Formats: sequence, C-alpha cells, structure tokens
Amino acid sequence: MDEIDKKLLNIMQEDFPISPEPYKELAKRLGLEEEEVMERIIAFKEKGLVRRIGGIFDPRGLGYQSTLVAVEVLPQNLKEAAERVSSYEEVTHNYQRNHRFNLWFTLIAPGQERMEEIITSVGDLPGVIRTMNLPCLRLFKIKTYFNMETMTNRDEITARRE
Amino acid sequence: MLSNQDKKIIGFLQEDLPLESRPYKRLAEELGMTEEVLVEKVKELKDRGALRRLGAVVRHYQAGFRFNAMGCWQVEDSLVEEAGRKISSLSQVSHVYERPAFPPHWPYNLFTMIHGKSREECEETAQKISRETGIKNYQLLYSEKEFKKTSMRYF
Repeated sequence: MDEIDKKLLNIMQEDFPISPEPYKELAKRLGLEEEEVMERIIAFKEKGLVRRIGGIFDPRGLGYQSTLVAVEVLPQNLKEAAERVSSYEEVTHNYQRNHRFNLWFTLIAPGQERMEEIITSVGDLPGVIRTMNLPCLRLFKIKTYFNMETMTNRDEITARRE
Repeated sequence: MLSNQDKKIIGFLQEDLPLESRPYKRLAEELGMTEEVLVEKVKELKDRGALRRLGAVVRHYQAGFRFNAMGCWQVEDSLVEEAGRKISSLSQVSHVYERPAFPPHWPYNLFTMIHGKSREECEETAQKISRETGIKNYQLLYSEKEFKKTSMRYF
C-alpha cells in the first residue's frame, strides 16, 4: 500500500464524493486518471480491505429502533440458541462472549413491539436463563473511519441523548 | 416521512456502489430522473441525518486491528457524562454508549468498544481508562465466536 492508496482510502471513507461521477471526482482530487482510481479500488476489494462502498444509515433516521441484548444460556444449549437468534433478519450482530451472559446480539426493528417479541421468544428458548434488553440511553461516540495514514480512528458523533 | 422513492434510493445505497463511471445511471433511469437530481436526493438524506455516511466500509480486521474488547464500566449516574466524554477522546475506543444496568445480574452501565493489535493492548487501554476516570469496577468481554455480522437491510 503506497501513499496514494492511503490517501485514496481516507478520502473514500471520510469524504466520498456524492456526485454523478464519483470516481472521476476522486481522481481529480488526487491528480490521477479515473481508470487508475478504479484499479486501486478493485485491488482494495480483492485484498478484502474494503468491504463495500455504500451508505451507513442511522436506524432512528429511518424510523427504526435498535438495542443490544445479552443472554445467559446454558453452555449445552448455546449453539442452538445462537443459531435461532442469528436466523432473525432483524439481528445484525451475534457473538459468544466470555461471561455468564454468554450470548450478545444487536437488534434493529421498525418498532418496539417487534423487538420485544423477538426478545421474549429468545427468552423462551431451551437453556436460556435470562435476557437483558440494553437499549442505548446516551450516545457518546460512534466511530466512522479508520485513518490509514495515522492508523487511528476518527469519530463523528459525540454525545447525543437518545 | 420516507417516500417509496427514498426507500428505493436507500435500498440502492445499502448495496455496493457499482464501480462504473456513472454508478447512479441505472437507478436514475429506473426512477425517471436525472443523475444530478438523484444525487441531490442522496445529499438530502444525508442532511436529514438518515444517511450517516456514504463511502468505503473498511474491514478493521484487515487494517491490522485484530482484537477488540467490549469494555463495560460501572459508573455512578452523576459521573456518566464526564466519564463518557473522557473515554470518547481515546482513539483506541470506537463506540461509547450509556445503557441501563441490570442489577443484581449486571451492574455495568457504560459500554465501550476497545480496539488493539493484541488482547494485551486492549487490556492496557482499559487500565488507562480506569486510572484516568477512577472507575474501578469493569469487565472486558471478548468475542469467542462470531455467529453473525451483517449490515442491516432496511425496507
């Protein structure tokens, strides 16, 4: 990865042009040809560095609600419970973690009712001892992008009451 | 609130933007508008806050930040504001949220995602946070298995 790659990747994360011809715009900013920019982006994707180019949405701005749910489930039932949890399309992230609450998942749904329905169903799965619904009360920081030149994160939102 | 047209545009932006000179061309045709108008609508979504960001989604794992820990902190209500802001200033921490505690099972009310090149690096960051905020009671939770990690598909 050379200096141009790093610069390109930073702009692509932080200030991707919203324009009918975004790649041409990127090329102009870096003093390159559009074709070269595209080739570099193809390489990023092939290397797995860039997952996609697209939008990150705020669930609330789209009328959705989100929450984090922690589950305490017996070890022998964990795998089955995890599979059931993952099968909900409203579940975006689902991890086993090193705690008595050993299953953690994030949930995004169009309304409170649907979220509670899913959490209740998870609570009824075999081996589940308890669930905790942990919605965000206050947002202090959410990372957006990773600076390739300085190798640091930069944040975009600081402090917002939910 | 959101028109069907908005929903189509949002659906499009949830995919991978085509790597073509004019990536919006096809959608603009489908919606019967020019690319310029379509791009204006994308900007509107951003101004409204529905679209947080448009751009490259980078894999942190690939970028060298292999380890992350969910650091959970027990903070007195009156001190959450100060602690939250202090922790937010650290570049190793990507997310800082206040969430409800769940006593007696779960006393922690401040959630942080800590990133590092190793588990030790995450632990060092947590110790630093503890020193600087005076929060003594905390837990670092690591992911032992990833069952699912996707972007939400809206609409």
